[in-house]
Amino acid sequence: MRGRNHLKAVLSDEEVYNEAAMEAFPVYNKSHMICLEMPSRAGDVIVSSYSEITENEYLDPRSAQVAIVDHVKQICTKVRPANDEELPSSYIEEYRYALDAEIQRYVSESYPKGVSAVNCVKGKDADGPGSDFELVVIITAMKLSPQNFCNGSWRSVWNIDFQDESQVLNIKGKLQVGAHYFEEGNVELDAKNEFQDSTIFQSADDCAIGIANIIRHHETEYLAALEVAYSKLPDNTFKDLRRKLPVTRTLFPWQNTLQFSLTREVEKELGLGK
Amino acid sequence: MEAALGLLRRMPPKQSETALSALLSLLPQHSSDLLSQVDLPLQVLRDIESGKDFILCEYNRDADSYRSPWSNKYYPLLEDALYPSSELRKLEVEANDIFAIYRDQYYEGGISSVYMWEDVNEGFVACFLIKKDGSKSGHGRRGCLEEGAWDAIHVIQVGPEEEEMAQYCLTSTIMLSLTTDDESSGKFGLSGSIRRQMKMELAVAEGHLCNMGRMIEELEGKLRNSLDQVYFGKTREMVCTLRPPAEIVQMRLPDT
Repeated sequence: MRGRNHLKAVLSDEEVYNEAAMEAFPVYNKSHMICLEMPSRAGDVIVSSYSEITENEYLDPRSAQVAIVDHVKQICTKVRPANDEELPSSYIEEYRYALDAEIQRYVSESYPKGVSAVNCVKGKDADGPGSDFELVVIITAMKLSPQNFCNGSWRSVWNIDFQDESQVLNIKGKLQVGAHYFEEGNVELDAKNEFQDSTIFQSADDCAIGIANIIRHHETEYLAALEVAYSKLPDNTFKDLRRKLPVTRTLFPWQNTLQFSLTREVEKELGLGK
Repeated sequence: MEAALGLLRRMPPKQSETALSALLSLLPQHSSDLLSQVDLPLQVLRDIESGKDFILCEYNRDADSYRSPWSNKYYPLLEDALYPSSELRKLEVEANDIFAIYRDQYYEGGISSVYMWEDVNEGFVACFLIKKDGSKSGHGRRGCLEEGAWDAIHVIQVGPEEEEMAQYCLTSTIMLSLTTDDESSGKFGLSGSIRRQMKMELAVAEGHLCNMGRMIEELEGKLRNSLDQVYFGKTREMVCTLRPPAEIVQMRLPDT
């Protein structure tokens, strides 16, 4: 909020600010996949390109509601029930629903403040076996704590491509983790990685369990890999920028500098040296 | 101005260059303030006469030219340019030679430059700069870093000598950015900047260079430590807050 007031002060023009904000906020909100509370305890909705119906309308597939969003205020102002055209067929919904339930269970176990959604992004009208479709699992966890000078976010996007002919599910994941600490300084972590996997096309419930296990596996491994990257920092990675101690392993002999300069002086006078 | 600095403080360090240029075009009346308050990665120029690289900063700039500490010449050539007094230039030459050794011992590579100029209060100001490219393709000995940049700026004000003593006020800024890339952890990047001050009153018996050097070594070491332990540590803590470590999860796992 203070950032916003600072921005207003710098621009010193309400109209310019509003115009810039109208353009910038939707882009930011979607790419950061912010999560907004829907009114009258309808749950949360994730603002993302996967759930976007129009620029201000986002589908919450779990509750089959459409959230009307104010991007600049970052709130959900209203909800309306989704139309039939906006929802997947009952065949797809069976897969989506089962996966959503498994992912919710996993997220509640692994992310203290995590939110998830499963959207169908391709082939949502398929009325039975015989066609391909694609589900997207979104997991986000965000912690904003400006009073402690730190913010952080975890974003996972898993695309699951259900290949009907080969009876294979191709799974692709993109994980992105950011953390920003800015008390008397300014340091940012920016980490991302991508994963690929596959499993067999089975019943909705078996698919859901299989996919959730794959996601859990990769995300757990990734977190462990981040820990390894951090643990390598002090003695390895960071050393390539600056060592903790000089190559001599003792502090620099500044007391000799006077001597060093005098010697050079003498050398110069005697016409020695360079 | 305060608002602009507030915004810059919130910007991710990697975007500070973009943010600064945006603010400069919005607030041209504050351009000199902004430029002096915000540190950007150091630039380097080749001194053709000595064949060595030197670092550019506000302290060796006159008009659009920069003075090399090696040949004492301005690039591009500049007439009626400012130079330090011959006495101070002597200290500057020594400082450059010694600081290059210091730099080599701590950084195993990199570029350093020291600039000095007379101060209004009969003392002088010295600026010690180090730039290191620690990437695999640069001066990274261990080859761990895809990308690795370290810029250190130490500005030290030295007061006039009084009864064999002098006041030293050091302001050090470190800017860094590092990225590793391997299959399991993917792209892992940390970047940031930090600035601290240190004031001391010291006997000048061992020479200014010795006093300034010790202060720089101490503060630079402290900054490196706090980046490593406090700042990197805080981002690590944040990651663990978002998704607590694997052991806890694994205990509840087997689901097959």
